[in-house]
Amino acid sequence: MSGPGGNETRAIGGIRPAGPGAFLVIIPAYNEQGALAQVVKSVHAHVPGAPVLVIDDCSEDSTLDVARRAGAEVLALPHHLGLGGCVQAGYKLAYELGFEYVIRVDGDGQHDARDIPRILDRLKTSGCEMVIGSRFAEANGPRTGAARSLGIRFFRMVLRPILGKPVHDPTSGFVGVNRRALDLFSRSFPLEYPEIEALVVLQRKRFRFEEVPCRMRPRMAGRSSITALKSLYYIVHVLLGVFVNMLRFEGRRRLPPKEE
Amino acid sequence: MDRLLNVTTGLSALLLVIVLISVRRAHIRPEYSITWLLAAAAMLVLSRVRPLLEVLRRLTGLPDTPLTLFLMGAGVFLIMMFRLSVILSHLRDDNIALAQRVAILEYHVKSQREI
Repeated sequence: MSGPGGNETRAIGGIRPAGPGAFLVIIPAYNEQGALAQVVKSVHAHVPGAPVLVIDDCSEDSTLDVARRAGAEVLALPHHLGLGGCVQAGYKLAYELGFEYVIRVDGDGQHDARDIPRILDRLKTSGCEMVIGSRFAEANGPRTGAARSLGIRFFRMVLRPILGKPVHDPTSGFVGVNRRALDLFSRSFPLEYPEIEALVVLQRKRFRFEEVPCRMRPRMAGRSSITALKSLYYIVHVLLGVFVNMLRFEGRRRLPPKEE
Repeated sequence: MDRLLNVTTGLSALLLVIVLISVRRAHIRPEYSITWLLAAAAMLVLSRVRPLLEVLRRLTGLPDTPLTLFLMGAGVFLIMMFRLSVILSHLRDDNIALAQRVAILEYHVKSQREI
């Protein structure tokens, strides 16, 4: 089956090396056997022909088999690396295979695959390096729990002066990147809680991001990796990561696009 | 004071022996044992050469010698812990990069076999 940009989907022999315009959907997954099959099928249904790569972060359940049975390609990590290491492995493979765009969808079913074309379209037309699928980009966005909402507001406030523009949903994992960001993230990507720090990594390079409104659903199965007890650690860790990335800031001059 | 110095000497000597045995049994790699050996040797010298401890006390402006010995020991081990944190961080980064590379290579190998 021929995919966007001439990709082969679910081809024997894995995902084929791609060229300009090709895009890949990656799904980092850790113990997501309950929702993953539905997520993969939903991507195939709404983005026909798109190659789907599940990165299995050494799950203890049958995530790996579920992903294969659902028709996804699987990159199986030899041991648990955490979300950042897992996503970065997918970015590295996508970069090596020559993909121009990569869209990350979470494996818990919270992201709606119908929004993938919108993110891809914005990536292609805006020329910015990253597009975030945002729950809150529209005024009547969904409500989240009080603690999470407070956390998101706090990080919006922290990031506003650093990024020089507001970001409505800094913790969203529904993210599309182009090849310049892929190149950067293949070499430097936050390893534990990557979403917020990745924005600062982009800012270091004077790369741009935009947000597009997206639908967000409750997770279909499993539990969030960020429990109540881990919230405080999360805030301290992310703040430290943001601060460290600011110290690495590489100047105000925007880097020229890299030759491919 | 003498008892404190003797206890420090004994503990430093014990640490030296434990580290040397660990290196011999390959429980610690030699390159990581150097910091421990240096720390133990430093504490051994400080506890045995009182004039040196007195000089350090005057230099640091501390009120008494036991406190100087305690702070020097704490300082030496803090530096060691920092160095170990640096080593651990490098190892973790290398480990993650290696795991990712193994996964990607396995993916390519598997893809080739399927063709």
